[in-house]
Amino acid sequence: MSDTLTIALSKGRIFKDTLPLLAHAGIEPLDDPEKSRKLILDTNRPEVKLVIIRAADVPTFVEYGAADLGVTGKDVLLEHGGNGLYEPLDLEIARCRLMVAGHPDRPLPRRPRIATKYTTITRDYYARQGRQVEIIKLYGSMELAPLVGLADRIVDLVETGNTLKANGLVPLEHIMDISSRLVVNKGSMKMKHAPVRAFIEQMAEAVGGRRSAA
Amino acid sequence: MDDTRWLLPEGFEELLPAEAAETEHLRRALLDLLATWGYELVIPPFIEFLDSLLIGTGNDLELSTFKLTDQLSGRLLGVRADMTPQVARIDAHHLRRDTPTRLCYLGTVLRTRPEGHGGTRSPLQLGAELYGHAGLESDLEIIKLMVAALRTAGVANIHLDLGHVGIYRNLVRQAGLSDEVEHRLFDALQRKACPELTTLLAELDLPTQHKTQLGLLTDLNGGVEVLELATAHLSHSGGEVGAALAELSAIAQRLTSGLPNVPLHFDLAELRGYHYHTGMLFAAFVPQHGQAVAQGGRYDAIGRAFGRARPATGFSTDLRTLIQLAGNSRPSLHGIFAPCVDDPALEQEIERLRGEGERVIRALPQQQGSAHDMGCDRTMCLRDGRWQAVPAGSH
Repeated sequence: MSDTLTIALSKGRIFKDTLPLLAHAGIEPLDDPEKSRKLILDTNRPEVKLVIIRAADVPTFVEYGAADLGVTGKDVLLEHGGNGLYEPLDLEIARCRLMVAGHPDRPLPRRPRIATKYTTITRDYYARQGRQVEIIKLYGSMELAPLVGLADRIVDLVETGNTLKANGLVPLEHIMDISSRLVVNKGSMKMKHAPVRAFIEQMAEAVGGRRSAA
Repeated sequence: MDDTRWLLPEGFEELLPAEAAETEHLRRALLDLLATWGYELVIPPFIEFLDSLLIGTGNDLELSTFKLTDQLSGRLLGVRADMTPQVARIDAHHLRRDTPTRLCYLGTVLRTRPEGHGGTRSPLQLGAELYGHAGLESDLEIIKLMVAALRTAGVANIHLDLGHVGIYRNLVRQAGLSDEVEHRLFDALQRKACPELTTLLAELDLPTQHKTQLGLLTDLNGGVEVLELATAHLSHSGGEVGAALAELSAIAQRLTSGLPNVPLHFDLAELRGYHYHTGMLFAAFVPQHGQAVAQGGRYDAIGRAFGRARPATGFSTDLRTLIQLAGNSRPSLHGIFAPCVDDPALEQEIERLRGEGERVIRALPQQQGSAHDMGCDRTMCLRDGRWQAVPAGSH
């Protein structure tokens, strides 16, 4: 029991970008999550399992010890809040920027409405600037909100800016850079210290290797 | 019609007979254990004035505390979210002993927000505090008592995590950080967020030595070798850091011989309860649970607000968590089912059996259910002219 390692990952970009880093640590999944319906994937190392979950669920799984380690975006971690997890390593993958976007030439009302999936980050961001805003929680298609008059601005992740442009919006304020972090359950760090630390070090090495190759 | 009136608020639960029996069984076993170690039970009030309830504690406890207004005094009352400050008040204000004082407590606390796995807002807090001695021996006693309590509850595979707030506190003091910077540093350290820590340290105008030492904190976790590493890198930064490390080494040595089957882990960046603790910190972990199952530490200053600062160390845990961890070890029901017969000899025998601690259940006229249905393994039968308990179903 104490030798097993469970790593929580989300499908898509994070999974794809984490694979080479895992390979450096000598871990290769035996199934492809895009093809398999399995939620627990075996790897070439019998003691290491991967669980495939939604990115937003990774902090919950890891905080409560359902997984020892996980990979998730800094945006998700900030939105999750608290300090129930260790986040020792920036994996420098799935990079993007969290931005305020809107119509460039439309004046803002005194108390603007901001549409976002990131209500906690958005509230903190505006509060730090001394601006009071109304937050409208949306789950997707943020760009639509200013077009139909639902919101004055949006706060969202921007990768290329193409979706914004296609909808007549421009990025206005840069809130922060986002990338994926390796997160660790506090109990696992203490009870499975040797394998967890070894894993973190191998991942750090892989990140360093990628950085110098780039 | 509202058909959800049975619903309880989130994070509150009721214990049904089997769970309640198990909880009560464990409650008694643990209080008995604490009594054999000389810990006297105290029963503080469920509600008290908010300002005394929050003495010496951090902002977190205030946010966790349910508040209400007292109609008699007009003052704000708090429902306890942690009993430790209450017990410290009892020691400092009421008992005022000069001898070491050992107190224990057990009761429901309420939290405004669900905490931990399972999200309870009403843990059944059990704790023990030792006042009046500053030093290794009292910390050691509390750690051993914590492990003994977990073992009594049937929790196996215990791992201990040890830390010391003195190391961080002194490094920060020497670096002379502003409150704002210290707050960010503290936040990053609690999450071992190395990327943030590196950025933060790079921004600071500090001698390299301080930066290296603060940066090293996220790495100083692991087996006992961490203490050697820390001694090599940090001990020249002053007597207090060195003293904290020496204290940890000494306790490690004593625990290795005193609790040989309990793996030790050290984390010098562990800062749980930092605003309240003044020395050693300890927590117990078990493999099937991602969060600490019991925790404690030294908090020497808290009594000052009640008129008397006394050295103090203690631990606390949640009985409900312990029951979940120990699994279903419910005692099988046993008892005697007595028929509904009006006979003085039967009455007398029932009284005698109950006096011996037997569980005797009287049948009611025309009731449904056999002895087994009533949770009994025996029935009362008239045999050879005498009422006797015989195995159920044997007549």
